[in-house]
Amino acid sequence: MTKGVSNTFKKRNVNLTETIAKIFFLVCSLVSALTLFIIIYFIFTNGVPAMFQVGFLDFITGRTWAPEHNYAPQFGMLPMLYASLISTFFAFIIGSRIGKWCAIYLAFFCPKKIYKPLKTMIELLGGIPSVIYGFFGVAVIVPFLRNNFPGFGNSLLAVIIILSMMVLPTVINLSEAALRSVPKHFFEGALALGSTKTEAIFEIVTPAARAGINGAFVLGIGRAVGETMAVIMVAGNVSQMPGSISEFFSTSIFFAPVRTMTTGIALEMSYASGLHRDTLFGIGVILFTIIIILNISLTILNRNETNYAKES
Amino acid sequence: MPNFTIKNANLYYSDFQALKDINLNINDKNITTFIGPSGCGKSSFLRCLNRMNDLVDGARVTGKFLLGNDETDIYKISDVSELRKRVGMVFQKPNPFPMTIYDNITYGAKMHGIKDKKKLDDIVEKSLRDVAIWEEVKDRLKKSALGLSGGQQQRLCIARTIAIEPEVLLMDEPTSALDPISTIKIEDLVGNLKKDYTIVMVTHNMQQASRLGGHTAFFLNGEIIEYSKTSLLFSNPKEKQTEDYITGRFG
Ligand SMILES: Nc1ncnc2c1ncn2[C@@H]1O[C@H](COP(=O)(O)OP(=O)(O)O)[C@@H](O)[C@H]1O
Ligand SMILES: [Mg+2]
Repeated sequence: MTKGVSNTFKKRNVNLTETIAKIFFLVCSLVSALTLFIIIYFIFTNGVPAMFQVGFLDFITGRTWAPEHNYAPQFGMLPMLYASLISTFFAFIIGSRIGKWCAIYLAFFCPKKIYKPLKTMIELLGGIPSVIYGFFGVAVIVPFLRNNFPGFGNSLLAVIIILSMMVLPTVINLSEAALRSVPKHFFEGALALGSTKTEAIFEIVTPAARAGINGAFVLGIGRAVGETMAVIMVAGNVSQMPGSISEFFSTSIFFAPVRTMTTGIALEMSYASGLHRDTLFGIGVILFTIIIILNISLTILNRNETNYAKES
Repeated sequence: MPNFTIKNANLYYSDFQALKDINLNINDKNITTFIGPSGCGKSSFLRCLNRMNDLVDGARVTGKFLLGNDETDIYKISDVSELRKRVGMVFQKPNPFPMTIYDNITYGAKMHGIKDKKKLDDIVEKSLRDVAIWEEVKDRLKKSALGLSGGQQQRLCIARTIAIEPEVLLMDEPTSALDPISTIKIEDLVGNLKKDYTIVMVTHNMQQASRLGGHTAFFLNGEIIEYSKTSLLFSNPKEKQTEDYITGRFG
């Protein structure tokens, strides 16, 4: 009975459990990294050869997409590239402005009573599946455009409107988080020098949140470029683009139907075969490249900025 | 001559009374230090002097705060910006804005209406000379202020504040986040600045208070227990509580 306390405790094998845990978490993170590489591998091995078979320049700058033609199929994706870029550009201009101001309001001006419901609604907006946005487009936006403007309603403008709405939750939530993470002492420092609350927020706090807000913008752009389902439902899906510079700078482009890269892929993948199928992967390669370029630009843009959201 | 006269001041954070019947004359072109244990209301009182407490939900101030020869009641000024131009503040943690050194200094001046480039350049040089870092930073005025060391950042913050030529300079433990060498530099600087400004400084460091001289107020539980010439307060405290505190019996 006098063996001492030490024997009643089992020695824990700490090192073994630590090692197992480490390996387990390493495997988990490798799996997600691996997924990325598998995706890249399959898109590129399918898409790149097709791009070169068509001719890289013909593929990128060709204006005719006629993959089903019996004797001379044509694989010019420029109209889709055009539609994706221009719709994203305008959706971003609209969505990022509104989103940023909305985030500033939520973070600094919103009365407590309204904050909860407002925030909940915006979060809900982010959780709505894109088909539902598509329904809204079909039921409201398209008829509205058809009744008030030239064309049939299914158009670039409809795509821009719906994409602007869809990027809002991303931009708002991330920008708000970025604004909130700016240390309060910047705000107080500005007030102490005589700034009003509004001046302090717009001149000091918002610029200090720039890195995080840029991140929000880039994710918003990514969402707009990549959106498929809602766009299919309102775009009209004709692969075409303005024929001349003067047409490009006229308002008529907004009322013409368009086909974006994502919708092109989604609409044709189910029946495409052979070279046609592989060129769809080629479009995927271009899409992927755009996303990569976006992310690299973000890194360059934020090179000299402090991201308080990441620091804390 | 008093630069700031405070009569029967009380501060409430909702139900909690943080300051109780404060009466104080703060002398012109001199330094006044506040000492006392943590949580006794030193910062709260300092923040009453430039109405920083206006920001705090539920904060309520009563009493009179009369500023300058004109005896302006600062709580009757409708534009706080005007008050904060006259009463500047330096914070515990150096808080230069995330912009260039130059822009940090000119931010306040621009806001208060100075647009002329030459004038702004002069202000930048003069205020940086006043805080004795002109030589150190004159070649990198267009670089981010966040690249400076902690001590330099704090001096930049002081420069930024005196750039708008306030009458009073409030400082809340301006050296507590700094290393000993930077601390000494700031103390020297404050010693020089008291020729031109009325300085009110909170410090948790009694040696610092006695080094800086001037007048000292001892705070305890939201009240001023004793207020006199610094040398007198430390050598010959009248109140038992002051004596206990400065001899290290509590706090
Ligand atoms: N914003 C605030 N809201 C509520 N209570 C506060 C606030 N700021 C300070 N207090 C309280 O007021 C008292 C004095 O605080 P403070 O002025 O910061 O003391 P000191 O600077 O002397 O350490 C403390 O009890 C503190 O908890
Ligand atoms: Mg304090």
